[in-house]
Amino acid sequence: MTNEQLKETIEKKFDKATFDEFKGMLNVTVKPEDIHQLLDYLKNENGLKFDFLFSLTGVDWSDSIGIIYHLESVELKHVIAVKCKPESRENPIIPSVTDLWAGAEMHEDEAYDLFGINFTNHPNLRRLMMDEHWNGHPMRKDYVDKINIIDLG
Amino acid sequence: MIEAITGIKDSEQEYFINMGPQHPSTHGVLRLVVNLEGEIVKSLVPHCGYIHRGIEKMCEKDTYQQVIHLTDRLDYLSAHINNEAVCLLVENALEVEVSDRIKYIRTIMAELNRIASHQLWWAAFGMDMGALTTFFYGLRDREYILNIFEQTTGGRLLQSYNRPGGLMNDIHPDFVKKIKEFIVHFRKKLPEYDELLTGNVIFHNRTRNIGTLTRENAINYGVTGPSGRASNFACDVRKKYPYSAYDKVDFKEILFTEGDSLARYQVRVAEMWESMKILEQLVDGIPEGPFMMKMKPVIKLPVGEYYQRVEAARGEFGVYVISTGEKNPYRVKFRSPGLANLSTLNHLSPNVKIADLVAIMGSLDLVIPDIDR
Amino acid sequence: MNIISQVTDSAPKYIIYDFGILTSRIHEWLSSMMNTTWTSVVEMVLIGVVFLSFYALVGLILVYAERKVCAFIQCRLGPMRVGPWGIFQTIADFIKLLMKELLITRNADKFLFNVAPFIVIIASFLAIGTIPFAKGIQALDFNVGVLYLMSVSSLGVLGILLAGWASNNKYSLIGAMRSGAQIVSYELSVGLALMVVVIFAGSMQFSEIVQSQATGWWIWKGHIPVIIAFVIFMIASTAETNRGPFDLAEAESELTAGFHTEYSGIKFAFFFLAEYMNMFIIASIAATVFFGGWMPLHFGNFAAFNHAMDYIPPFVWFFSKTMFVIFLMMWFKWTFPRLRIDQLLTLEWKYLLPINLVNVVLAAFIVLMGWYLI
Repeated sequence: MTNEQLKETIEKKFDKATFDEFKGMLNVTVKPEDIHQLLDYLKNENGLKFDFLFSLTGVDWSDSIGIIYHLESVELKHVIAVKCKPESRENPIIPSVTDLWAGAEMHEDEAYDLFGINFTNHPNLRRLMMDEHWNGHPMRKDYVDKINIIDLG
Repeated sequence: MIEAITGIKDSEQEYFINMGPQHPSTHGVLRLVVNLEGEIVKSLVPHCGYIHRGIEKMCEKDTYQQVIHLTDRLDYLSAHINNEAVCLLVENALEVEVSDRIKYIRTIMAELNRIASHQLWWAAFGMDMGALTTFFYGLRDREYILNIFEQTTGGRLLQSYNRPGGLMNDIHPDFVKKIKEFIVHFRKKLPEYDELLTGNVIFHNRTRNIGTLTRENAINYGVTGPSGRASNFACDVRKKYPYSAYDKVDFKEILFTEGDSLARYQVRVAEMWESMKILEQLVDGIPEGPFMMKMKPVIKLPVGEYYQRVEAARGEFGVYVISTGEKNPYRVKFRSPGLANLSTLNHLSPNVKIADLVAIMGSLDLVIPDIDR
Repeated sequence: MNIISQVTDSAPKYIIYDFGILTSRIHEWLSSMMNTTWTSVVEMVLIGVVFLSFYALVGLILVYAERKVCAFIQCRLGPMRVGPWGIFQTIADFIKLLMKELLITRNADKFLFNVAPFIVIIASFLAIGTIPFAKGIQALDFNVGVLYLMSVSSLGVLGILLAGWASNNKYSLIGAMRSGAQIVSYELSVGLALMVVVIFAGSMQFSEIVQSQATGWWIWKGHIPVIIAFVIFMIASTAETNRGPFDLAEAESELTAGFHTEYSGIKFAFFFLAEYMNMFIIASIAATVFFGGWMPLHFGNFAAFNHAMDYIPPFVWFFSKTMFVIFLMMWFKWTFPRLRIDQLLTLEWKYLLPINLVNVVLAAFIVLMGWYLI
């Protein structure tokens, strides 16, 4: 399916989603309320079949903190990027997709650890990289590391 | 049954054991908290982060040329392939078309790197299974490749040979000759690997039907690379989205249907043969041309989001970059094959023995710096 | 029984090197100086000292040999720095181990933790007494030698179990439990495999078993059943010494170091030494029982050939046979992957034991019918 067709198919179902295309990759941006429904639709709809979540990236866009899901259909060979931008920057809440892709569990752990995104319905949300008692979320742009005296900037 | 006799519940028989962060079979600093009942693994929680260096955070402050050197330190066994991913991303973003010479050399280097990685994996996997001699066989042959790397790039493990827009320098005059020598040597030595380990009945019994991953689960967990292909998941990026010179060579994508540890083993051994085939097709026809395209000294990517996928030795390696038009990226994400492969461990391990857990871990070929980043 | 005794009686007696003469002279000399009690005390001390130094010497040589054999199999040189061809490497290692700190984990059972390495080493030390090195050189030669050896060699597992339990480490505990299950199982096969030769030789006394091979070693005099018994003995005894493909108790890649994870310095060296000595004992038993021990290569009644062979000293025969078996065991160890615990027990209880039982019956039948050579 081409990006145009993908856009049309998704638009029919999710009218609130915004689309943009860059370098051949279709980006869909939705609110956290719709994200689980959209991903469920993308994964299980017959013409779409985005069954391979090859990347789950937490991003700090300065105004908001969210997630980018990169999906591919193994059978139909098309790719899509789905972005989820919650309103609150301080406490972003996104529904977990571990029920759709079991492999998302550790990626979501990582996003929680480094960006402080809270995933609802996640089986065991924990800090993956940092110490359990770590303060703050290091990948946020406003994170200041008081201990580390080397300033990379 | 125990409860009926002694009044002790089954769950009270369980105990925890810490495998790692310092353990011979985790190949690095991975910590697995394993819940055991006798010898049988009931459940397991992987704890990462012991070698978390914040590479993604560091990349945000670095220029694109500097990012190359950090990618070396992810999956250090496929360092060249990781470099290539960043270079391809930058080149695609700037729409720079590199010469065929660069493409050929990159592909040759990547395949050499893949063979070296699989050799080390084979060596270490044998050792995980208790066959200690494999380690020396694997490293003996890997030395040839490392010498080739050293001669051309100056680095044995971490090459940092790729640059956005080309290569660090031209190949050594002996490069082609050395690779041909290596192929002749390794074609003789690879059957020895089979003689020592593949045909061994103990090895077969230890790996067959251990840690079976179905195709659905492989896709669901995002398991790529040889581990995914052992479950009949055609996930080879070299075939799906050919980059560098992979569209010019003829090679098979090794697929197995069993999905067990033995299949994962066989895929990697077969891939070494395939990689040699690729090398043979390319090594004679390295075209003339510049080894470095004309690039601006300060690279600034246009505003946007870029994703580049390559096939590293352990699976699909991806680089995701958000650029705001500055000389350094706004956000870099490395899609490491290791983290996805590790996430299956919890799925594969229940009700296997400790020894099987080691076999499964070995066959998934985890490199911890790749997982922790 | 008649047939056997006839064979041993009619066997040609070409013994040139009889150390019995030497030992009896020492005994006479000591008896002439003191009363019977003191004579035995002095003899015991003497033999103890000789065996202790022999024990240490063999340990050093075997560790060196293992390193060299393993290096040979792994395409490398092995120790080369300390002394010519690195022959003093093990001595240097021994000194290093002596000087290392002895660590004890805080919650370990200190008494059992300390006593465990001694139990292991004493068990292997007890077993070494029954081995006939040459005619007349054997500390304990009694009529139930094989039984004694079996019972003594199984004591070692006690030390391993204690070590695993007392270390207060889960890895050690798993290793020890594995080792317990393994040794208890494989003891049976070792015993039954030896029983086949006992049936052929008609005696449990080691000197008698060696003497019965004066007309040819059991490995070909006893043909099929003895060859089967030898193969089973090799597998089972390798398992009993916790070596080779059966090193589950230590299983480096699974349990870090198994039962001796928490041991350091000289206590670790004791375990290490005991492992090599057990290997030596097993190999020398295999050599004695299947390959004639110190008995030279004899073919039936070829008197001239047999006599020529007799000029080669029995020590040479004994040690070359033993070293051959040791080499075999090292070869296994450095080539095969490790088994899993359930496969290990399956191998014993479902395959080796039934084969062994049938083999014992077969051997008895062959002896009864007199179908063995000479």
